[in-house]
Amino acid sequence: MLGLNKKDLSLLLIVAFLALCAPFILNPFPSDSSLAQFNAGYPDLMQRFVIFGIFAIGFNILFGLTGYLSFGHAAFLGVGSYSAVWMFKLLSMNVVPAIVLSVIVAGLFSVVIGFVSLRRSGIYFSILTLAFAQMSFNLAYSVLTPITNGETGLQLTLDDPRILGASRTESGGIPVTNFFGLDMRDTYEMVVGPWAFQFNNGYYLCAILMLISFYLAIRIFRSPFGMMLRAIKSNNTRMTYTGLNARPYTLAAFVISGMYAGLAGGLLASMDPLAGAERMQWTASGEVVLMTILGGAGTLIGPVLGAGFIKYFENIFSKINDGVLHTWFGFMPDGLEDLVVTLVHPFVGKGWHLTLGLVFMLVVIFLPGGLVEGGQRIGRLFRRKKSGDEAKKSTQSTPAE
Amino acid sequence: MSNSNLTRRGLMKTSALAGAGLALPTIFTASSASAFTNEPTGGTVTLGFNVPQSGPYADEGADELRAYQLAVEHLNGGGDGGMMNTFSSKVLQGGGILGKKVEFVTGDTQTKSDAARASAKSMIEKDGAIMITGGSSSGVAVAVQGLCQEAGVIFMAGLTHSNDTTGKDKKANGFRHFFNAYMSAAALAPVLQKLYGSERKAYHLTADYTWGWTQEESIAAATEAMGWETVNKVRTPLAATDFSSYIAPVLNSGADVLVLNHYGGNMVNSLTNAVQFGLREKQVNGKNFEIVVPLYSRLMARGAGENVKGIHGSTNWHWSLQDDASKAFVKSFGEKYGFPPSQAAHTVYCQTLLYADAVMRAGSFNPCAVVEALEGFEFDGLGNGKTLYRADDHQCFKDVLVVRGKENPTSEFDLLEVVEVTPAAQVTYPADHPMFAGGALGNCNPGA
Repeated sequence: MLGLNKKDLSLLLIVAFLALCAPFILNPFPSDSSLAQFNAGYPDLMQRFVIFGIFAIGFNILFGLTGYLSFGHAAFLGVGSYSAVWMFKLLSMNVVPAIVLSVIVAGLFSVVIGFVSLRRSGIYFSILTLAFAQMSFNLAYSVLTPITNGETGLQLTLDDPRILGASRTESGGIPVTNFFGLDMRDTYEMVVGPWAFQFNNGYYLCAILMLISFYLAIRIFRSPFGMMLRAIKSNNTRMTYTGLNARPYTLAAFVISGMYAGLAGGLLASMDPLAGAERMQWTASGEVVLMTILGGAGTLIGPVLGAGFIKYFENIFSKINDGVLHTWFGFMPDGLEDLVVTLVHPFVGKGWHLTLGLVFMLVVIFLPGGLVEGGQRIGRLFRRKKSGDEAKKSTQSTPAE
Repeated sequence: MSNSNLTRRGLMKTSALAGAGLALPTIFTASSASAFTNEPTGGTVTLGFNVPQSGPYADEGADELRAYQLAVEHLNGGGDGGMMNTFSSKVLQGGGILGKKVEFVTGDTQTKSDAARASAKSMIEKDGAIMITGGSSSGVAVAVQGLCQEAGVIFMAGLTHSNDTTGKDKKANGFRHFFNAYMSAAALAPVLQKLYGSERKAYHLTADYTWGWTQEESIAAATEAMGWETVNKVRTPLAATDFSSYIAPVLNSGADVLVLNHYGGNMVNSLTNAVQFGLREKQVNGKNFEIVVPLYSRLMARGAGENVKGIHGSTNWHWSLQDDASKAFVKSFGEKYGFPPSQAAHTVYCQTLLYADAVMRAGSFNPCAVVEALEGFEFDGLGNGKTLYRADDHQCFKDVLVVRGKENPTSEFDLLEVVEVTPAAQVTYPADHPMFAGGALGNCNPGA
């Protein structure tokens, strides 16, 4: 179905199920329990999960398939955000033109940067993209302030023209982003006993776009074009000797992944109409590299998992403070409680970077294929048991000595 | 898919899914109808403390967090009550806010607008925070203020010094207790005139972003008004750590005053470079060469060490002030943490009390009622003397301190001394001043 084989189809269906039921899955703890701290099922974080999922899927098309490590992908994310916010300022609060423009602008931007950067490969390519991204960041931060509003970030104001919509609402506020009248901010809250599940319009728009992006990525992975990209990764020199010009293929992959990043940027701005220059900083570019490697570069679902993992740490672990720790360990005797809190303290709250770094190191050392490899190993463990039993039965007569 | 096999298990799965799908829309009707965003219903009320815990301003953020915890303790009736005892409004009695116990959640802004907004959003959407406060840079303050306006909660700004926060980016739901670049300049200029005369040539080094520009614009306008000449304004990149290449041209420019529109680590490095180049021992135009740092903080003074001695700047509050309120605050902060509070700690403590007080006087947590209670509110006893929360732009007007790096510090905290307390009247400006023009408060937004 949909031009996919059975395995890919089931993968797509699993991702679709996870994405659509996320408000339930991410909210496993009752909201008044002390574990509610770990609930991630609120609109903003769910939106970030899928938006950065899109970003990482796009990055993986370049990095996972061609092996070209771009260290400047955040530039496209930022450009997408800026164009989306400008659309909200000038045209209307409908997210469709904003998202379309952000994808187009990011695409054009990546054609230019890709055309120059792809003249080199390996580390030189990474450095070139990094340089371009830092250049964009610095321009956005200071020189281009009339367009980007510099450090403060581009925001909507009450006197924006918005020629197809209203500059301000009847109550005198800034109108909110919508999809043909459906407000992105609106959330239905479903209260089931102690649980509160939140269903947000914006999240579902992002989730559906993520599924479409995911589907497109599968098709690219399985297409002759994808095969060509893999060939570039495995031996670019040999490709050249066979008389094939690889550059148009890499440029196409670069532009596609740039457009994915633009889509992610446009969605970020559609959910929260603000575009800050930090979105283009090298740390943001590094983040998507981490996401892809953490999840598993070159796999289909890996980057999405990695994105979710990192965003979870950033938003949940950073909010655990000493007060929260004391309520958790309150059952212990006083001296022990303080000791445990002191020991855990460096790893939560402001120390979330440290925990993430440790996890990243463990994954890279023990699971070079990322989280996906971890899943596969666990899966194999169960499967081996089963097949091992069968093997015993059928191989009674194989003494090799 | 032509080979569809209908099995018992498959049928049950499908019908369960379909049933769930059909049941889904009916539960949507159960959305609660509250009057405003995150109306507190139980016995507690949650405040969101959004401070930088990593990045260049992590020191300020850590100090802000300490002050917030102290404020919450005092609001809930713990500790010695701090400035609640000296505050001119007496409705806060240590029984929480409107009888509800105050709880708080914390988040890391990372000094990035994006991260700060994400953190504030999670506080609003997940933790049900009714008020967001904090921040240690203007970019973050403006970004989070915009978010709070849209979401319908109150924003009490922390350390933000740019004119824009209550200028072109002001919002009805946002309030600032801290002073701003214009006030720094207005307070500093007369002192500089007295010290260095009115025939000076100033050279500006400015951090190249919004705050730096408003600071430069303000101080240049104020000094030019008293007869100084501005020789040159040079923008330095924010990420710069070595300013030698910017200092060298100062020597040959004929200027005799260097104004460093830098904050935090930037200021520490540029001042150190300037002193290393021997600027302070120089004689230009027959006068001693001087250095001015418009926005000072104790944490910066500590970073720059010996180099701050005798250098003038302005600050919002300093722990060595001898009024009852400041003494009470320094005492309770010192007893809890073992060292005196910074100006960042002071301003966020005040903001928390001011919010709680406004809710008590309004008798409601509704943001619109709180806005009404804060607008035009005059108070005293929070360490800055008589203060007005102006209704036109939600900026506090109060005395500004001009300080100088101490020649003989007695401890690692005793680095600044107060030279002059500039009265509020002298730093007050009309709400439509050109440096603050271009924005509109809009209407208060109670959200939901």
